[in-house]
Amino acid sequence: MTAYSLKLIIRYAFDRPTGAGRQLFRILPAEVAGMQSVRHSSVTLTPDVGPQSRFHDFFGTQVIEASIPSGHTALELILTAEVDRMAEPLLDISVPLSDLEREIAAHHSVGPRAPHHFTLPSRRIPADPAIAGFARDFAAGCTTVRDLVEQTGRALHRHMTFDPAATTVDTPPAEAFAAARGVCQDFAHIMVGALRTLGVPAAYVAGYLRTDPPPGKPRLTGADAMHAWVRAWGGEEMGWIDYDPTNACFAARDHIDIGFGRDYADVAPVTGMLRLDGNQTGSHSVDIVPL
Amino acid sequence: MDNTGTARVKTGRQVGLRDRGLSAYRPFPGVPDELMLPDGRTRPLWAPLIDHLQRQSDEDLARATGRADQYLRDSGVFYRQYGSGQSIERPWPLSHLPVLIDEADWSALAPALIQRADLLERVMADLYGENRLVAGGHLPASLVAGNPEWLRPMVGVRPASGHFLHFVAFEIGRGPDGRWWVLADRTQAPSGAGYALENRVATSRTFSDVFAGQNVHRLAGFFRDFRDALLGLRQGRDGRVAILSPGPLNETYFEQAWIARYLGVSLVQGEDLTVDQGRLMVRTVSGLRPVDVLWRRLDASYADPLELDPASRIGTPGMVAALRQGGLTMVNCLGSGVLETRALMAFLPKLSLHLTGVPLAMPNIATWWCGGAAERAEVLANPGHLVLSPAFGTGLPFDRQGESTPAGSLLPDHLARRLHQEGPDLVAQEAVTLSTTPALIDGRLTPRPMSLRVFLARTPDGWQVMQGGFARIGATADPTALAMQRGGGAADVWIVSREEVPPHSLVSAPTGPYRRSTPGALPSRAADNLYWLGRYVERTEGIVRLLRARHIRLAESGRAGLALQQEMDAALATYGVDGTVGIAHGLLESLGAAVGAAGQVRDRFSPDGWSALNDLNKSARRMAERVAAGDDAARALSALLRKLAGFSGLVHENMYRFFGWRFLSIGRQLERALGMTAVLERFADGAAPPGALDLCIELGDSVLTHRRRFSVSSSRETVIDLLALDPMNPRSLRHLLDGLWDQVQALPGAAPLGQLSDLGRALLRAQVEVATATPESLTTEALAELRATLAQLSDLLTEAYLT
Repeated sequence: MTAYSLKLIIRYAFDRPTGAGRQLFRILPAEVAGMQSVRHSSVTLTPDVGPQSRFHDFFGTQVIEASIPSGHTALELILTAEVDRMAEPLLDISVPLSDLEREIAAHHSVGPRAPHHFTLPSRRIPADPAIAGFARDFAAGCTTVRDLVEQTGRALHRHMTFDPAATTVDTPPAEAFAAARGVCQDFAHIMVGALRTLGVPAAYVAGYLRTDPPPGKPRLTGADAMHAWVRAWGGEEMGWIDYDPTNACFAARDHIDIGFGRDYADVAPVTGMLRLDGNQTGSHSVDIVPL
Repeated sequence: MDNTGTARVKTGRQVGLRDRGLSAYRPFPGVPDELMLPDGRTRPLWAPLIDHLQRQSDEDLARATGRADQYLRDSGVFYRQYGSGQSIERPWPLSHLPVLIDEADWSALAPALIQRADLLERVMADLYGENRLVAGGHLPASLVAGNPEWLRPMVGVRPASGHFLHFVAFEIGRGPDGRWWVLADRTQAPSGAGYALENRVATSRTFSDVFAGQNVHRLAGFFRDFRDALLGLRQGRDGRVAILSPGPLNETYFEQAWIARYLGVSLVQGEDLTVDQGRLMVRTVSGLRPVDVLWRRLDASYADPLELDPASRIGTPGMVAALRQGGLTMVNCLGSGVLETRALMAFLPKLSLHLTGVPLAMPNIATWWCGGAAERAEVLANPGHLVLSPAFGTGLPFDRQGESTPAGSLLPDHLARRLHQEGPDLVAQEAVTLSTTPALIDGRLTPRPMSLRVFLARTPDGWQVMQGGFARIGATADPTALAMQRGGGAADVWIVSREEVPPHSLVSAPTGPYRRSTPGALPSRAADNLYWLGRYVERTEGIVRLLRARHIRLAESGRAGLALQQEMDAALATYGVDGTVGIAHGLLESLGAAVGAAGQVRDRFSPDGWSALNDLNKSARRMAERVAAGDDAARALSALLRKLAGFSGLVHENMYRFFGWRFLSIGRQLERALGMTAVLERFADGAAPPGALDLCIELGDSVLTHRRRFSVSSSRETVIDLLALDPMNPRSLRHLLDGLWDQVQALPGAAPLGQLSDLGRALLRAQVEVATATPESLTTEALAELRATLAQLSDLLTEAYLT
């Protein structure tokens, strides 16, 4: 188990005072049985815009809801939290690919963790022939779901170059795939799309990532990041498998969960009048320090 | 179905009766018909209507159907047709002959439809609650999880009223054996109830004698009970009931506006609403007011861009939160569209047994969901009469616009492959053969396919079934051509009783002492549209007067007075109007903007006012095509001016003197003051060309007054006195500012804490300035400053009330 202190700062500055609007934030670390537990968390908004309320959305992500009154030219959000993160080595007890369809059909639930939500294309991850073709190239040699997830993730990692300048939050996966460039959101969207075309239920996970400094260099404040990875369903016994295609590894102790959904839109950190990019001048920084 | 009826059946055939195609009337083989029994006898129920038709001369019949068409045109009933990226308003395609159904037949339908509505309510409660139907294997999980209308943010939200469904419709048709079948469930935001009312009014004008003589059930009672039920769902005395519309570009906007007017509730759009502390509020000119009950005519995914479709521009951020908090009852609850899914029909018969232990009393069209292996095998074995369609589609069986394929038209290999690859996305349904009803085509009775939409409203006493409905009538014998988008018509439905039916009206009998109620608060958007309607109508009038004066001078003086004409062209150019053509395009634009603003507030407008404005608009457009500059144009413009006066008169005489009227009046007065100031600035200036002062008097419609008041010829002083300073002249600046002051004083929040609002202060300054001016002190520069102040008033008004 590793304990972390987490700090997220989001800042906005506006040229003209804003109008009033509602705002949803999905930034709180999740409570995940056996994986992650939250000792405490708190969120402050400056200026104080009045009461925040919290609720859990369909997929169980904790959402902060705030009404922002008109007339502000700047807004700052600060989240501080302490999180315990556990990671067990993954044994491959996932189903053989040939049995997957049957296992899915036998799963009689539409609860938040049911595989059925994650089998079809979604709004931000429409079917794409190029990604489907790429996925099929790796499916042939794989026997189990876990194997397939790892092979696909590695292949994608080889194909793509990490490049924050190449894409925006709205770039369709097909475009990022064609350019072979992008950030964690693009990596995760493409891999989710690839797995779905192979019949593997796959979700998009939003969270935070602790970054190790290069050898011999000091840790820089704010160098950690908001992150995204992939969660695939390996059958009833195995359950969900987290894989991070940006770093070509299974998600482990450096990953902190916020929540999951069908694609970015289900777990976007900021929804409403404000967004994390676009017309407003926004910036954010993340700090994760082991306790 | 066979009955004798109570109406006066005339048996003797008299000389002069017309056949009206009856002797040649033949239902299609194997297809039941409403008028004629298989043995060729007509049902006695129809005798009075047929008898009436046969007695009418062709001219009388044309006059009678003309009355209905006239009524529909006058009330502005239309529907919107979409095609090639455009949408246009089309006249309402009324099929004049009503569909007659015996009350005994109808009464047998009611329990079956109520049973279905109750079943759908239970299914919805489960899909948005515990999901036991999926857990128990009664519904496939993928059918729910893959359904675009299953709205995840609504899972776990319990409706404040205790019910998800309050108003539903069923599309039903008769099968070959004459029994009724459900063709589609309409639970999202069913349309057609208002059109059923309009069809009734129009049809009863065509066949007024027959209607009066037969015992036809009235529709008003259904609406009264539903309105009372809506009012009863409010949580407190200050809560409101409103109808949520997608806006005037929606296919059925007319109906929404009509129903809102008929029921006396507000018609609002998403931008009118906001969520404050978890409560839904409407923005009104009096501030935020709570809404407790929303009758939604908007598809659910558009309702909240924050938690549903983020691309929606017509929703209200926080709508889902308001439902979650339990302060709002929505008719029907967000997410009810999931029940319209075609594939669900494959499971409803079994779900009925599972949930209630009773089979469905009225079957729906036989449906197989191709996600199951057994179902796929059945479809493959017997594709003959089956049609393949998208499983999650909701279109009516006869309105699928190319998304369906007859299964039998595919080669067996191809069909097998498609079922294998797309199984979960497909349903197979029995091809629908609809029964027929007579339509009047060129004065002759002709069988045409039909289906009925029946409406059910939840009241404190349970579901009520409308005693009537909305019939679709095919354009041809082809039962797939029923949709209005493809040329089909709509007809009234008469449920004929053997006994006298109670008359109903929407006005309930009074209980308790009479109390006058105050009109509801005016939504800001409606106020904004009324204000701009006032401004555009007045601007149009200003343009017409200026343009007319221009063409009179062109006709009279040839090249003389050229300088004045050029100055007039410059004045017209500030409105974007070309003074050298007859009815300039800029004039039509201004008028079009008035019609556009009026179209946004159809529910607050009398049908007479609306048709006067439309008539004006159409006349102007017709004239624009043929009128030549000069005398011809001057006469046409005079005609337009009279029509404008007609519209203004209708509004002025008939509009209730409340906030709506005030914003309309403020718009007119402010625009008129702006126009007059601009005229004086330009034409009463010392440097203006000869003839300009007389032009001012003419534009101010004050020629006679000027002659009476001043025995001298016009000078700058007399003109400024009469058109700016004289409080008795209705077109003078002084009079207009006095009027504006009165109106603004009566607006909500005009004097907070006894002090003037910003708007009030600015207006008072302008009023005092004009009241204390002399003709000498009101120079061209002073006029220019005054015009800037007036323009600022518009901004202040907008800021205070209209945003």
